[in-house]
Order: sequence, then C-alpha cells, then structure tokens
Amino acid sequence: MDASDARCEDRLELGDFVLRSRLIVGTGKYPDFETMRLAHEASGADCVTVAVRRVDFSAGETVLDHIDRTKMTLLPNTAGCYDKEAALRTARMAREMLDTPLLKLEVIADEKTLLPDPIATLEATEVLVKEGFTVLAYTSDDPILARHLEEAGATSVMPLGSAIGSGLGVLNPHNIALIKETLSVPVIVDAGVGTASDVAIAFELGVDGVLLNTGIAAADDPVLMARAMRAGAHAGRDAFLAGRMPKRPFATPSSPRKGRVGG
Amino acid sequence: MTVNGEARTIPNGTTVTGLLEGLEIRLDLVAVERNGQIVTKARHATTLIEEGDRLEVVTFVGGG
Repeated sequence: MDASDARCEDRLELGDFVLRSRLIVGTGKYPDFETMRLAHEASGADCVTVAVRRVDFSAGETVLDHIDRTKMTLLPNTAGCYDKEAALRTARMAREMLDTPLLKLEVIADEKTLLPDPIATLEATEVLVKEGFTVLAYTSDDPILARHLEEAGATSVMPLGSAIGSGLGVLNPHNIALIKETLSVPVIVDAGVGTASDVAIAFELGVDGVLLNTGIAAADDPVLMARAMRAGAHAGRDAFLAGRMPKRPFATPSSPRKGRVGG
Repeated sequence: MTVNGEARTIPNGTTVTGLLEGLEIRLDLVAVERNGQIVTKARHATTLIEEGDRLEVVTFVGGG
C-alpha cells in the first residue's frame, strides 16, 4: 500500500458526516463566482462554508448557483453574530434551510478583532447540542476552553491559528498541539491561514482539518493558491503520519565515519 | 408589514408562499421568520401574513 492509498482512506469524520478532504474552504471574498468555483475544485475540498443573510431581492445570481451540491457539503456558519441569541437564531434558520444539523458556530466578541467570545460560544454550544446540532465550535487557542467545548458536546473544536482574515498563520503551535493532545474530538484549525506552509504546519501539529477562506480568496491567483493549499495539506498530513525525526541539540553525520579515505 | 426591514403593502390573505413567489426568489434554500419565529417550509402555504408582521427572509451567501 503506497502513500496515496493511505491518503484515500484518510477521512475526516464529523459526527455523521464523512469528508474526503481535510481542507474546508470558504465562499467569501472571491473576486467573482467563477474564480471561486475553480478555486474550490483546485483545493480538493468537498465541504464549503456559507453564511446566512437576508435575501437580496435585486440579485441575479447567488453563490449557491456556483456550488455543485451533489459534490459539496454546505457547512453553514453563524458569521456576523455578536451574541448568543443571534447565533442560536441563525443556526436554527440554517437548519431549517438545509435540514441537516451540521453547523459552524462562531460568536464574535467585537468587529475590530473578530475574536470569538468564549463565554457566548460555550453557552451557545450547550444549547445547540441539546437541540441536536452537530456543532463545530470556532474558538481561541486556549486549551482549557477547548476542553470545555468538547465537554459541552461540540463535535469538533476549531481553534484559530490567528485572527480571521489576518493571514498570520499558526501563531501558537504549542497551544494547538496541546489542544490536539487533550481532546478526543477532531480538532480543526480555523482562521488566520495565509499560505500553504501555514496549512502544512497545522497538519504537522497533528490536527484533523484546516478551514480557511481569505488565504485562498485574497491571493493574487486564488486557483493556484488553492492548489498550493491542497498540496500543503497533503504534505503536512503525510509528514505527521510519517512520524518526524526528533529535533536534536547536536549534529550527527549522515554519512558513515568508517572507511574514509586516509583512514 | 415589513420584509427584511423594508415596508411593503400586500393583499389581504397572502400566505408566506404567495409572498415568496411574488418576490421571485429561489425557494429551495430560503428560511422565513415571522415576528421572530421560524415558519417551517411545511407551513409556508398555510401561514397567512397579517398587518404589522415583521418578516425576515434569509438565504445562504458567501462566507468563511
């Protein structure tokens, strides 16, 4: 069995949902829908996030016209919700539309930082889990909060690498690794991913998935970047599964000491 | 009554289904809230819109 066979079996399980790709990509901020569609294809993702907003009665086409729902799972998010009640309301509307319980929960504390509100997120998770939602909870990189979210019944905990849309990558790899070590549910790094190496680093830390939007959508060439992100995901995941060599504080030669010319 | 915060005048006896059809929007991925309560798809055809109702009609858009 070669590496590509292993990868074929490598699935991301989120409750009743099984994804073939460990990359989940967003649908926002693209220059146009066709670029988005091509980028999605290049990324290899089979799950994309969407937000819930008022219908624009004057709009001709919508993002949904450019997503093949026979191939893509829609993951609704509660983006734009700044308190628990707004998130609950949005989640229920999303489920009413899709008739599935899958939900990315985000409750944001303020517009400037877009950091998640830890208390509102935890409270909303508790309520939504009781209502039967499959909650993927967007959160900070605090390992204790991550544990609380798992205990509250979140199907996946999604710590940020760095602030939404910042492209700063994984700023605290130690915390991400600690979260992965502590939790039993899948851990998905979500937010702040800027380029392919950020994705690779996240997977090398052992996480189960990476969710990103701006990193692809705001690249000069989103389709090419989507391809790079896909390669980064595979590289990072394979490297993790391969079990890297330990870091050493001293040098050890790669070539044998014995038999050198001159003795 | 209002739809998405904008005042509208509609004929008496309009149901949610009638309103959505009048708005000419795709019906497959739309959710409707009437006065803060979701009107489920099954009830669209039988829910009458009354004077003073505040309706929210939402769908999915691009996002991360």
